[in-house]
Amino acid sequence: MAAKKVYFEDVNVGDNIPELVKPPIDETQLVMYAGASGDFNPLHTVHAFGEKAGFGGVIAHGMLSMGFVGQVMTDWVGNKALAKLSVNFRTITKPKDVVTCKGTITKKYSEGDRNLVDVDLVAQNQKGEKTIVGKATAVLPSKS
Amino acid sequence: MLDKSKIGKEYPEIRFEVEKGKIREFARAIGDKSPVYYDEEAAKEEGYEGLVMPPTFPTTFTAFSITGGGLFRIIDDLKIDLIKVLHGGQEYEYVKPIKPGDTVTGKTKILDMFEKSGKGGTMDFLVLETTYSNQDGEKVLIDRSTVIIRN
Repeated sequence: MAAKKVYFEDVNVGDNIPELVKPPIDETQLVMYAGASGDFNPLHTVHAFGEKAGFGGVIAHGMLSMGFVGQVMTDWVGNKALAKLSVNFRTITKPKDVVTCKGTITKKYSEGDRNLVDVDLVAQNQKGEKTIVGKATAVLPSKS
Repeated sequence: MLDKSKIGKEYPEIRFEVEKGKIREFARAIGDKSPVYYDEEAAKEEGYEGLVMPPTFPTTFTAFSITGGGLFRIIDDLKIDLIKVLHGGQEYEYVKPIKPGDTVTGKTKILDMFEKSGKGGTMDFLVLETTYSNQDGEKVLIDRSTVIIRN
């Protein structure tokens, strides 16, 4: 799963980055993510709380989905390349949802000796609803 | 309605020690199998000094701060009912690598508060910013978080 080297010269505005399809969210994963992240908001792990909050049960941590969006970037260019990652959460994600992350290069430019690309990111569920829209900036190596 | 006199308020320092075990646990919870999160040798082959932090790992800094802190402290201070809280947005600017063995510190500041009207009525927005430095005093990360309070 190691990221292949992606060179600045090989990418263009409009290119899509390789898609990431995650396995269905399950409730055990939400418990694991609560423990790992320290977000113990009971909305994500306690059914009664999720019902009281009006969601009919538990919902996934937004940050778990942002983690998937981070992964689609690091799978593509590796960790060192990532300079910025930002997301807005649009629709809630629930257990059994299948999240797919996609990205498209929107800008290719240089700043000083750094070669950069901006990427528009989206995470969507199996119904095609956007759960996250985001942006990333990555620093890519040059062949020269 | 949030108390706008608290815009600019800074909360006490957050301190977090970056550990390999926590990185592995975090990557596993996301279901990210990249070896750079689990295997030091594999990370070195990829050109890193050792295990690497997943991009959203800094969410643990506030939650597991050894000096206390975290979002719940701010929610309490602003007298917000937790059941109304949703995460609206999150932004990370990676300034320098954060590695196992590092101690990162930062203070969270209330950057902005505003209201927006939508389908479901008015919602309050709270924007928080935390700039983290490492043990050598180098700036490593800027974290901006938007919290939505449903009314």
